[in-house]
Amino acid sequence: MQFDNVGLRYGTGAETLSDVSFTLRAGGFYFLTGPSGAGKTSLLKLIYLAQRPSRGLIRLFGEDVVTMPRERLPGFRRRIGVVFQDFRLVRHLSAFDNVALPLRVAGVEDRDLQQPVREMLAWVGLSDRASARPATLSGGEQQRVAIARAVIGRPDMLVADEPTGNVDPEMAARLLHLFDALNKLGTTLVVATHDIHLLTRIGRAEMMRLDRGMLSDPTGILRYPPRRAEAAADSAQ
Amino acid sequence: MNLPFSVPAADRRLLPEGRFAGPMPWVIAIMMFLTVLAGAGGLGLRRAADGLVSSIGERLTVQIVDANPEFREAQARIAIAALTRQNGVLAVTRVSDEEMQAMLGRLLGEGGAEAELPVPAMIDVDLSPAAYQRRDAIAASIRDVAPSARIDDNATWLSPLANLLGSLKWLALALVVLMTWATAAAVVLAARGALDTHRGTIEVMHLMGATDVQVARLFQRRIALDALFGGAVGFVAAFIVLVGIGSRVGEVGSELVGSAGLAAIDRLLLFALPVAGIALATLVARMTVLRALRKML
Repeated sequence: MQFDNVGLRYGTGAETLSDVSFTLRAGGFYFLTGPSGAGKTSLLKLIYLAQRPSRGLIRLFGEDVVTMPRERLPGFRRRIGVVFQDFRLVRHLSAFDNVALPLRVAGVEDRDLQQPVREMLAWVGLSDRASARPATLSGGEQQRVAIARAVIGRPDMLVADEPTGNVDPEMAARLLHLFDALNKLGTTLVVATHDIHLLTRIGRAEMMRLDRGMLSDPTGILRYPPRRAEAAADSAQ
Repeated sequence: MNLPFSVPAADRRLLPEGRFAGPMPWVIAIMMFLTVLAGAGGLGLRRAADGLVSSIGERLTVQIVDANPEFREAQARIAIAALTRQNGVLAVTRVSDEEMQAMLGRLLGEGGAEAELPVPAMIDVDLSPAAYQRRDAIAASIRDVAPSARIDDNATWLSPLANLLGSLKWLALALVVLMTWATAAAVVLAARGALDTHRGTIEVMHLMGATDVQVARLFQRRIALDALFGGAVGFVAAFIVLVGIGSRVGEVGSELVGSAGLAAIDRLLLFALPVAGIALATLVARMTVLRALRKML
């Protein structure tokens, strides 16, 4: 995924994101940090195609998604799993049906999704809550259902907005382990978090920091073109 | 295009409301009830108008009004003979004295019918369309042989009635069109309301890669089921009313009122109304939802 001078403005207000440029390589693990109101969720919305930018270029899986006709967007969205900050579980569906939703949208037959959904629920420790509605689940349980729903379709990219905000440290460690495993299988991960401990748990993860809608880059590896690449090119010369 | 009912069972749960919840099925039922009644009225009136014109629209009535019974009878016989010889005269029917007495009895009472009234001789003459075009010449030829003959063209007095029936027929058609439009408008409102209610679910589905058609299929199925229920209830209610009216019409015994019945093809057309209503509601729901979804990313 490539962002090039991307700006986002809601209505006629000030820009929420300004001149955002970076490249996410396939199979990378990225943390997105920044203070509240910095624009993390807005940036994630652009990444998971819930929003089009006001200006700039976004390329995803090799294609320009800014000018792409909306009829083509569903095919791209199916390759992206999303863990929303507010979970956005469908309140009248059971935990099982919520987790099964991406598979049903993708056209998987009911008989073929029973086993993977039950395995996923078991993995996040909610086997016995499969038939529970979101309203009867705790915040942590809802978050785990949201994560299970996001990863059930083995997406090429997983975008998670504060995925460990409502779970205990043990569950947070398990979820991070799941993300790590998915990443090792080739899934690109973008995780927005305030959790400083999380940032240190994945050694190969790269970090980008947003502040007041601008991308500040403490490591210098995420800017587009990447400084690391520039540095490599410089040293080669 | 997929059929509106061909949604997998699990996907049907994506819209939570119970079936036939809300006023929509009942609005459709009322609309269908009124539409079927209006349609039946229009078809009955059309049939009555057609029957009226075909049965007596090309008919002349000859009255021999001579006060002398012998002259009257002689002129009647001559007129009948002259009419029978004319080309294009399909039937010449002398109204019998008994029928005349009965008719006068209804008009004047039993005493009046028995009085010494000079009752004219009446002859009904049915003409072919070609002969009807030269009705003036036929009338002149009768007057030549029966000088006291008065000849009435039934179409002259029938015309205002036929015009009235024609107007009522078009009024009924207009009512059917208006009712159809109102049903479509109700479906649009219901579909928009349902979209607003389920906007959160739709957004989540979209972000998971659901296409507009996948989402629209859920709504069109719901509306189709509402329309099926409402259409069936409305049609059955209207059918019961029509059967009741039909039996009352039979009791009236009037040739004109009785001719306003429904033929098999008319009944078939009425039966097609709820089927068309379901198809229309489904199509309108689909178009409304797709149009609304296009405004979302």
